[in-house]
Amino acid sequence: MKVLVAVKRVIDYNVKVRVKPDNTGVDLANVKMAMNPFCEIAVEEAVRLKEKGVASEIVVVSIGPKASQEQIRTALALGADRGIHVETDEEVQSLEAAKLLKAVVEKEEPKLVILGKQSIDSDNNQTGQMLAALTGMGQGTFASEVVVEGDKVNVTREIDGGLMTVALNLPAVVTTDLRLNEPRYASLPNIMKAKKKPLDNMSPADLGVDIAPRLSTLKVEAPASRQAGVKVADVAELVDKLKNEAKVI
Amino acid sequence: MSILVIAEHDNSSLKQATLNVVAAAKAIGGDIDVLVAGENCGAVAEAAAKAEGVNKVLVADNAAYGHFLGENLGELVAEVGKGYSHILAAAGTVGKDFMPRVAALLDVAQVSDIMRVESEDTFVRPIYAGNAIATVKSSDSIKVVTVRPTAFDPVAGEGGSAAVEQLDVVKDAGLSQFVSEELAKSDRPDLASAGIVVSGGRGMQNGDNFKMLEQVADLMGAAVGASRAAVDAGFVPNDMQVGQTGKIVAPQLYIAVGISGAIQHLAGMSDSKVIVAINKDEEAPIFQVADYGLVADLFEAVPQLEEELKKVL
Ligand SMILES: Cc1cc2nc3c(=O)[nH]c(=O)nc-3n(C[C@H](O)[C@H](O)[C@H](O)COP(=O)(O)OP(=O)(O)OC[C@H]3O[C@@H](n4cnc5c(N)ncnc54)[C@H](O)[C@@H]3O)c2cc1C
Repeated sequence: MKVLVAVKRVIDYNVKVRVKPDNTGVDLANVKMAMNPFCEIAVEEAVRLKEKGVASEIVVVSIGPKASQEQIRTALALGADRGIHVETDEEVQSLEAAKLLKAVVEKEEPKLVILGKQSIDSDNNQTGQMLAALTGMGQGTFASEVVVEGDKVNVTREIDGGLMTVALNLPAVVTTDLRLNEPRYASLPNIMKAKKKPLDNMSPADLGVDIAPRLSTLKVEAPASRQAGVKVADVAELVDKLKNEAKVI
Repeated sequence: MSILVIAEHDNSSLKQATLNVVAAAKAIGGDIDVLVAGENCGAVAEAAAKAEGVNKVLVADNAAYGHFLGENLGELVAEVGKGYSHILAAAGTVGKDFMPRVAALLDVAQVSDIMRVESEDTFVRPIYAGNAIATVKSSDSIKVVTVRPTAFDPVAGEGGSAAVEQLDVVKDAGLSQFVSEELAKSDRPDLASAGIVVSGGRGMQNGDNFKMLEQVADLMGAAVGASRAAVDAGFVPNDMQVGQTGKIVAPQLYIAVGISGAIQHLAGMSDSKVIVAINKDEEAPIFQVADYGLVADLFEAVPQLEEELKKVL
């Protein structure tokens, strides 16, 4: 079966984010960019399905500027077979991303689509669910285990109260949580090989999707910063302060 | 304006988060209806009818909604919600699952995890793990919004007397089936709404050592949380994770034990009123946000804390 994986180029999770002085956004000039950590987990899961003989082909798709090709190449080095780049320099919000992915799904007809549950820039946690709704597929969100059996996939989900397992008809959408797997690193020979794997380029217009955003960002500010407090000498002083100064116990 | 709030519940009781979401709805202004979708959830509807500021409670009671499957809830809420100006739900794992489906079915954007209401179409929300705060304006006719419960003081859960109306809309998308559930059982308060939270990190070394934290927590009536590292290492279950991708907490008192204070962890707890850090590394970033920091080996400090608390509580 064919698996489609969507990956996003975002600020590296180790980078300290800085808000621009004019409050129009976050400073992305000269900062390290990387594949969104949840997308890495999505790629890894697809590769494992292929290693188990469940997946036959892995197609990786990314929406974004030219440089997003780096993340597609990374996914190809990790084991994806071919890439699709939907290239645009415009801001693409979740609903529009889902519409673009729907158009790709209609072309590729995958049995399973795997996405990260959220990207660590906008923290929206929307695209996978929107894609599932637009394509009329079931969704296994926040997955910590994915088992394909015949024409169904069983997905164990991390929910507020614990874990929940659902069975979805294929084709289906899965979004990854942190504990689904631990992504591997790409080896140098695989990075070299990835350069020769096919990568298709297209625009949102080619897919017939209007990506005009519905939400406008009026301003972006730094959060109210917390001041470091005091160091206490011992546990007795701590309890005394909590009781008599902060009055929280 | 008319606002539809989707209740969060477990078919037998209304979750407090619903009262926080009603508070967010009040901040927007307008008539507030609450939709209770579930199976045998009559008691929940009664509880919702008592919440302050609720105009009407709509009940969709059917096996299709019993496990809150996103596919079925998505269709139901898109259908019931299309006559409203706003649809609101708590940004818990249920709301995060079905609300984007609602937005997509209505062809509108979703605003996730709002912390403040600026006006009927403008909301404040965290991005980049809370390292930046964005003010966003929606141009859609229906605003689909998930709400960070800890950011809004709950409305009163008693005193209201809304009318309760049964809906006979059954939406079974037939795309998914419930298989099983493993719910953590605990007599402690709910992590997301507890007044005091005691959390352990990788420094705890194993799951057994979390008993030390549980004893301290029980003295104070606190909930127990954890860092991702502690969950990944298998010390404790996933529902205890606090952070960017876990639960968001904002208790009166948060005690972080053996947690370094990575930004992803801080994203889930930095709105706590008072933060205490116990860590043996005085350079640990958690001390930069802690009101009271104790540089100590937790294996000495936590038993001492238990003893000292017994003296004063
Ligand atoms: C996409 C993404 C999402 C993430 N989401 C989350 C999230 O939601 N929540 C979250 O918590 N993390 C999250 N993380 C992980 C985060 O980056 C950190 O790795 C994690 O929070 C570290 O956990 P920790 O502080 O327990 O472990 P460590 O960073 O290893 O810190 C352990 C601390 O314990 C102290 N210690 C050790 N032994 C003792 C002792 N005997 N006495 C006292 N102190 C001791 C050490 O000095 C150290 O400071 C996420 C990461 C990514 C990439």
